Amino acid sequence: MQKVKNNWVKIGSEALILAVLFILVQYLITAGVLNQYYQINLSSVCINIILAVSLSLINGFTGQLSLGHAGFMAVGAYVAVIITNMLDLHFIIGILGACLSAGLAGFIIGVPTLRLKGDYLAIATLAFGEIIRVVLQNINYVNGPAGIMGIPKLTTWPWLFGTTVLTVLVIVNLINSSYGRAIISVREDETASELMGINTTKYKILAFVIGAMFAGLAGALYAHYFYIIKPETFNFLKSFDILIMVVLGGLGSTTGAIIAAVFVTALTAALQSFPAIRMILYALILIIVMIYRPQGLMGNKELSMKTFGRIWGGSK
Amino acid sequence: MNLMEIKNLDKSFGGLSALLDFNFQIAEGELVGLIGPTGAGKTTVFNLITGVYRPDKGSVMFRGENLVGLAPYTICAKGIARTFQNIRLFNDLTVLDNVKIATHKDVPYGLISAILRTPAFFRGEEEIEKEAIKYLEIFNLKDKMDELAKNLPYGEQRRIEIVRALATKPLLLILDEPAAGMNPQETQELMELIRYIRKEFNLTILLIEHDMSLVMGVCERLYVLDYGQVIAEGTPDEIRSNKRVIEAYLGEDVG
Repeated sequence: MQKVKNNWVKIGSEALILAVLFILVQYLITAGVLNQYYQINLSSVCINIILAVSLSLINGFTGQLSLGHAGFMAVGAYVAVIITNMLDLHFIIGILGACLSAGLAGFIIGVPTLRLKGDYLAIATLAFGEIIRVVLQNINYVNGPAGIMGIPKLTTWPWLFGTTVLTVLVIVNLINSSYGRAIISVREDETASELMGINTTKYKILAFVIGAMFAGLAGALYAHYFYIIKPETFNFLKSFDILIMVVLGGLGSTTGAIIAAVFVTALTAALQSFPAIRMILYALILIIVMIYRPQGLMGNKELSMKTFGRIWGGSK
Repeated sequence: MNLMEIKNLDKSFGGLSALLDFNFQIAEGELVGLIGPTGAGKTTVFNLITGVYRPDKGSVMFRGENLVGLAPYTICAKGIARTFQNIRLFNDLTVLDNVKIATHKDVPYGLISAILRTPAFFRGEEEIEKEAIKYLEIFNLKDKMDELAKNLPYGEQRRIEIVRALATKPLLLILDEPAAGMNPQETQELMELIRYIRKEFNLTILLIEHDMSLVMGVCERLYVLDYGQVIAEGTPDEIRSNKRVIEAYLGEDVG
């Protein structure tokens, strides 16, 4: 009974912190304290958190190296824009359509490629991302390489905040369940997992589809914030950006992915006027992390209230 | 009635014939050993039974059903669980999680329930945890349940492998060299443990072992493999005095 009560206290305090954060930012936006520049970066942070956390489910928890996350983001972005901009339907339908179509793309790509392991899977998913980009460039309906302009700005702070929280919640809840343990066992030892009664193919595909769905969500949010989408936006470098966040944060740590997403977005913003330096710095940071902390910032640990408690309370 | 019956099983890797015309039966409740020199094809037999490899020829009947061609997870669901010669625990997970994973095939709540954290999820998790702890208690491993599997000593890792296999609720338990790397006293304890779980869980057990004292002490019937073929079959006493076996394997040990 005590355990249940503690649970509710924990959930309650977390909800309170989130609510305060939401209202505070909403207030700062309406009061005009947060100018356009900060708002853009704030939305980038949210979108990158969704991307990093969803890729971390595939790369970090399931242990399947995927390099095609930007491809799923592209599917979501284009489908959402077609629904809202061209078919004139509500944003919610656009977002749902983005998730479903990206999830479907994940399923179609996942079924044949998830038989592959390691390098081969990486190459196959990389190729998938490029195929999506090239296909989009050649579809006249979505203006080919020029992309779609004049997308209504429907992604507001409540949408960003709500979907980011939802993404983290769904993925954390999934990971901390029997299904999550099955997914992690695939990463730990696929053969042993299979012999302990786990349909490893099914769980690899499940993780891949859920990861892709949230990448599609991020794509929809992105398209409706930045006014314009082009196939070039979703090239290999975008996938690489997301991968850097996951690796920096630590494979198998959701909080690590979130921290890294915030850090990388801030770094990108700070180096906006020096795009060339940005890529050099990325590479340097990655090399340094790989040498001195190959498990990433958090390893496979999670940061929680308890961790802070331990740090502040000394050895308790 | 025979729980499992293997007929004319063949398997070759490239040009090398690993197993040739292998025939085998095990009755419900029996404890049978599979012995033979290194490279005789013992682990290949286990891999063929559990679906890791597919045989070139032959059938593996388990409770009247042919297992050939089924995926390993399906075979596990039918009631066959195993341990591994070279320990294959989920190293970066806790002991408790290792055991919980083995119960996943009977997970009492759905995916949606897990994501929405419905009451069914909390009830189910409690049930899973209770069950996993119950198995760990039998093996005196309850106080180690929060340790990472990789941090435990070798002998305990071996025992966790058995716990994990048991947690899948098998009818037939297959142990691949459970005493490898154990000292005589640990082997003795393991022998008692094997007898105990067999009785407690109504198990049929098939084991591969190099340790003769364990095999002769615990098994009721033995199969001897050499170069992929069964060269002898019988009770430990019969095997001990079998000339071909002595020639092929036991040699000076028993002679």
